[in-house]
Amino acid sequence: MKENNAILTARELAVGYRNGSQTTTLLSGLNLNLEKGKLVALLGQNGAGKSTLLRALTCDERPLAGSIEVNGRDLLEMSQKDRSRIIGLVSTERIQAGALTVTELVGLGRQPHTGFLGRLDDEDRAIIQQSMADAGIISKANDYMASLSDGERQKAMIARALAQQTPIIILDEPTAFLDVASRIETMRLLQTLAHDRGKAVLLSSHDISQSLMLADELWLITTDREVLTGTTQQLLADGAMDRLFLNREIHFNPTILDYSF
Amino acid sequence: MTRSRYIITVIALTLLLVLLALACLAFGSVDIPVGRIVDILSGKGSGNKAWDIIILQSRIPMIATAALAGAALSISGLLLQTTFNNPLAGPSILGVSSGAGLGVAIVILAMGGSLGGLLGENVGSYIAILVGALIGAGVVLVLLIAFSMIVRSNTMLLIIGILVSYLTSSVVQLLNSVATEEGVHNYVSWGFGNFSGVSVAQMPVYAGIIILALIGSALMVKPLNAMLLGSRYARNLGVNVTRSRNVLLLITGVLTAVVTAFCGPIGFIGLAVPHIARLSLGTSNHSRLIPATILAGADIALLCALVSVINPHGIIPINAITPIIGVPIILYIILNRRRIQYFN
Repeated sequence: MKENNAILTARELAVGYRNGSQTTTLLSGLNLNLEKGKLVALLGQNGAGKSTLLRALTCDERPLAGSIEVNGRDLLEMSQKDRSRIIGLVSTERIQAGALTVTELVGLGRQPHTGFLGRLDDEDRAIIQQSMADAGIISKANDYMASLSDGERQKAMIARALAQQTPIIILDEPTAFLDVASRIETMRLLQTLAHDRGKAVLLSSHDISQSLMLADELWLITTDREVLTGTTQQLLADGAMDRLFLNREIHFNPTILDYSF
Repeated sequence: MTRSRYIITVIALTLLLVLLALACLAFGSVDIPVGRIVDILSGKGSGNKAWDIIILQSRIPMIATAALAGAALSISGLLLQTTFNNPLAGPSILGVSSGAGLGVAIVILAMGGSLGGLLGENVGSYIAILVGALIGAGVVLVLLIAFSMIVRSNTMLLIIGILVSYLTSSVVQLLNSVATEEGVHNYVSWGFGNFSGVSVAQMPVYAGIIILALIGSALMVKPLNAMLLGSRYARNLGVNVTRSRNVLLLITGVLTAVVTAFCGPIGFIGLAVPHIARLSLGTSNHSRLIPATILAGADIALLCALVSVINPHGIIPINAITPIIGVPIILYIILNRRRIQYFN
């Protein structure tokens, strides 16, 4: 993988928890590249460190060691404001936005670009409309967030990240609470955003088969705390999929692209 | 659709404010004919010195005091609800008012009889009380920030707030047992809640601080809206969450402390009014919520002030009225959680 295609580069990254003076390292020595126009799925069992790694990449938690660069600039040294124009986030946090309309919620994505009071001008409004259209939620533009289904809510949150106009979008388990149809729709949407809009999209997921089918690249956290990266074909050929879960009873079945006994 | 709803709500709340202010001007323990009140206001005078004084130095300051207190407490409640991501937060339930009250108690009781009436014209004494209230409110807010980092549950934070209130009231009682009789009397009457405590001379300080803090809250619309999405999203939108939260809590502390120092610890307005604003506007968007909350808060406080003075047998304490208005609203929102958009 050529590093110069990368928009985000992590070098010798170590992530984990800080608890007072104690640190627990979950993953270390990570060298990762996130490229423009690619959909990357981060897979691993619960507690492997998926969320922790994403929190480090979104600068919600300082990494224990290593560096993260975006277009050659040190992400950790950037101001919050500058970062907010580079990485858009979709997480599973509970939000209190039920009484905002979809348009208002997506409008919050313009905050990194608006002035002190956050007033929206015509250009902002056009971007909000476009983002809702791209995320397939424009038919609900004037609906309250509270009235949406889980899948529609996720689309609205993705539209919000799009309105932020960041080259990178990071999603922490975007399909976690969705039914199968919405899961597939969401993954398709993210694939389109990567391929057609040139975004670098990184998501964590438990949905192995969807990720293997739709992602351009996988980041696998193995049970021995290594992160293996590559295309589905490469990783399947290397037998990497059998290093994802501790349970010896289940094995990866390449014909169904999922695990079975 | 929501925009016209906003405009209609703001106009309605403003009209109500005018009506309530006029009613507070016209009604009181002394009957003054409306024609005479018009004469006094137009500068001609009523020919009755006592009436002139009642209107100009009692009723008008009371109207201003009540309206500003209601606006201040309601904005405090709104800011607390958004910063702590807790719809049941408010300055009284989280103990901020009690903290300010403890500060006031220490000052009043320490000054004891030397105070000559609770908030006399003595500038030093009311400034001392104000400072006491600010410190008290500030200490509770710092404690709340610390606790909110340890206990993640909203309900637990409310219980901690209630515990803080109990603790401060027990400290106050302990202080009372060693204080002078006059000091205790002053403190007890302050505790009833009263919008008549701000004199014409004190009004610039009282009104000035509250208006500045209200403007400050209006300037925080952008981080407030980002915080609706939680701190992680707010950070991702470029908001310095720690700094914004500290500024918001400083504004809350100042608003609560000033009102508490001058009017006593007034409950329920701060908790209930932001919900009135949200329910009538149908939005959590702070650029609309803040003006509506200010107006609705002023309305509710004037309504309480009106009820307190129209009793022919004497003045009813404000704190006997606010729960009657506040509790049904809070019960309504608790019982209707699933049907109210901003909970979902």
